[in-house]
Amino acid sequence: MSRAATPLRPGSPEPQARSRSNTWTAAVTRWVEGLVPQGQWLPDRQPAYVASWIYVFGVACLASLVVIIVSGLVLAIGGVAWWHTSALGHFVNSVHLWSVELFFATMVIHLWGKFFMAAWRGDRGLTWATGALAFFGSLGTAFTGYLVQTNFDAQWISTQAKDGLNAAGIGAWFNVMDLGQMMLWHVSLLPLVVGAIVVVHIVLVRRHGVVPPIGATEPSVAPGDRSPTQSMPPGVQP
Amino acid sequence: MITQYLAASQPVPAGPVVHWGWLTITVANLLVILLMIAVFVLALLLPFPAPPEEEDR
Repeated sequence: MSRAATPLRPGSPEPQARSRSNTWTAAVTRWVEGLVPQGQWLPDRQPAYVASWIYVFGVACLASLVVIIVSGLVLAIGGVAWWHTSALGHFVNSVHLWSVELFFATMVIHLWGKFFMAAWRGDRGLTWATGALAFFGSLGTAFTGYLVQTNFDAQWISTQAKDGLNAAGIGAWFNVMDLGQMMLWHVSLLPLVVGAIVVVHIVLVRRHGVVPPIGATEPSVAPGDRSPTQSMPPGVQP
Repeated sequence: MITQYLAASQPVPAGPVVHWGWLTITVANLLVILLMIAVFVLALLLPFPAPPEEEDR
């Protein structure tokens, strides 16, 4: 995999000069470049053991999340009256609901696969923890979604949840019967939190590589270089 | 418009429920869980398709 030389803009420093520079922009650049080993942001090769359907559910979950966000943005543009009364609004509302169903189904199957694979092995504890955090954050986001449907279903869920949350002693921190507060949590606060956790989770997966099945040998790579085309040993499948 | 609002605001019945000892679950939720377990098992058992490059060799 060769990379074509990118012409520098007039006045831009040579890469070597940038790596030595002590400006904050150069420091941020070095930090971002160092987050993931070279060639692993979007790898085009994976170890042979990744050729299994059980490795598909993480990215299926991510694809569902993209559909959730896009359909949610369209619902935000149309508004409550639109999604309750127009045919297209009903359709987008349903796309939002079913992409959430798919998101949780694929996330839980991903969780089962990684649990039985003991995916926290190989210094991947933080990857496991951020995945768990993403799961619990998603539960809260989905819950507030039920609260902001603006129908009797939402009223029933919010009144029941209010009693449950008060019994748990956390009802003073927020009011699930406050539609404005829950709407803002659902469309801004919680998606931002879940989105940030998911980004950290993906960076960690790219940083450490996908976990090998129990008993399989992880391909060894040269330090500082995980470029698969240069360093993957036999047993690696394109 | 008002009719549409009224139709949209009607409660949706939860559907049939299964009682099994201490467990109470709607048939819809039970079917979703069983489907997820089936997909999980199939993902472990079904062979993954080989990439095109490998088929040409």
